[in-house]
Amino acid sequence: MGMLEGKVAFVTGAARGQGRSHALRLAQEGADIIAVDLCGQIDTVPYPMATPEDLQQTVREVEALDRRIVATQADVRDTAALTAALDDGVAQLGRLDIVAANAGIASYAAVEDVSDQMWDDMIGTNLSGVFKTVRAAVPHLKANEDGGSVVLTSSTAGIMGMAHLAHYVAAKHGVVGLMKVFAIELAPHMIRVNSVHPTTVNTDMVQNQGTYDLFRPDLAPGTATRDDAGDAFLTLNLLPVKWVEPVDISNAVVFLASDMARYVTGVQLPVDAGSVIK
Amino acid sequence: MGKLEGKVAFITGAARGQGRSHAIRLAQEGADIIAIDLMGPVASVAYPMSTPADMEQTVKEVEALDRRIIASQADVRDIAALRTAVAQGTAELGPVDIILANAGIAPQGGPDADQDLAFHEVVEVNLAGVRNTVQAAVPSMIEKGQGGAIVLTSSTQGLTGRGGDGSGGSEGYAAAKHGVVGLMRTYANWLAQYSIRVNTVHPTGVNTPMVVNEVMQRYLTENPEVGNALQNLMPVPMVEAVDISNAIAFLVSDDARYITGVTLPVDAGFTVR
Repeated sequence: MGMLEGKVAFVTGAARGQGRSHALRLAQEGADIIAVDLCGQIDTVPYPMATPEDLQQTVREVEALDRRIVATQADVRDTAALTAALDDGVAQLGRLDIVAANAGIASYAAVEDVSDQMWDDMIGTNLSGVFKTVRAAVPHLKANEDGGSVVLTSSTAGIMGMAHLAHYVAAKHGVVGLMKVFAIELAPHMIRVNSVHPTTVNTDMVQNQGTYDLFRPDLAPGTATRDDAGDAFLTLNLLPVKWVEPVDISNAVVFLASDMARYVTGVQLPVDAGSVIK
Repeated sequence: MGKLEGKVAFITGAARGQGRSHAIRLAQEGADIIAIDLMGPVASVAYPMSTPADMEQTVKEVEALDRRIIASQADVRDIAALRTAVAQGTAELGPVDIILANAGIAPQGGPDADQDLAFHEVVEVNLAGVRNTVQAAVPSMIEKGQGGAIVLTSSTQGLTGRGGDGSGGSEGYAAAKHGVVGLMRTYANWLAQYSIRVNTVHPTGVNTPMVVNEVMQRYLTENPEVGNALQNLMPVPMVEAVDISNAIAFLVSDDARYITGVTLPVDAGFTVR
């Protein structure tokens, strides 16, 4: 018997990486899933983004757990598409209890090199996308007698400053502000809202040349390897690990979504191997 | 199959309240328990403290789960006594994997006569006692060489001074509980090299004898501004001991294998309000 039997969870960015992992972990605990992902490229993002095939893989893996999933290609920046996908999912699965606002992108540049387009894509996806996700979900959550749980994916960059990530850090700090306001507004409805703050996670958003180059400015651009970057990632963390796995973030999301955390709200939960207190 | 099979947990303040709940919850997940409690009075504390009968009840409930428990009387202010308790417990159960520094007092609302004593006693028990607990038990964990998890019980009063009224009990309580966060951070830095994780939990008011007693209730009634300041964000007056235990069960399990240095409120939104 899972901890989330009979629940329905909305996961954004669910085609791969942390989002897919969240969908699977929540399904393992018994939840049905409403999944969205852009499944397409954003021009200012320097690594290949998820594809429709990735989202289909998530669908197959959730269904293999004998859970239902309604998956739709949708951009978290597009209120109409996002809302339609969610409303369709709720219509098919009957309710909404859990939101994992996970969709996010990364790109890197020194302050003076952050273009308007980079800024707009980042804030649009990683901050406004979170707002639009929760705004679309709130009417469904308020319909529940027993409330619900919302988990926003921030970052260690939502707590600390990091060079060459001004737009990312601004968006991830903004997510914390949203979390606090949502927690306050929704508490009377027994809807809990928390943020998770991962350190480097072993996903395609991190394991790519752009990130390797960012973390090894001492090496010629385009030459840093996974191991080179790993040595630099290691120095971010207190625990002797280069990165954490998507399932580590998912385990925190499951805890926060479950009745184990029925009175946990308004909390920033780092899953960061001690990075922010190092 | 529990998440803590084969683990040994050292828990202070285990005779009743949150400590007993932690012992039972961890035992449900498969852990054996080394339990200590003062089971006696502290001068500035006006509500009844735990008794040997309370500890017998904890022992019974852990044993009913088919887990082993070694319980003894010890004061967290006495590091030698803690070392003895750890030595006796590990001799029976093996090295320590989990440390829960839970023992604490709340002298708020105690006799007005000696506010200085209230301040000093609560700092001794709630701050120095936490330091003594970790220092007494962590050598066993380091020596085993397989990592470990430590959870220090702070409070919402470790993150905010809301409701402060200048009494020795309340200033000492807030200072000690904030100090516990400092201990957590320095220990997390120190012990990461051994893959030992250290976190704090920050409960709001919990339905235990430390809060639900005549002295505390009279204090809150006579100081309504304090009571009002201590309202939660969620529409619940208090949380239950098991809610704190659930957070701890998560933090000490492999589900949280990379969570360290974290202050985790279990406070119905108290600190975000």
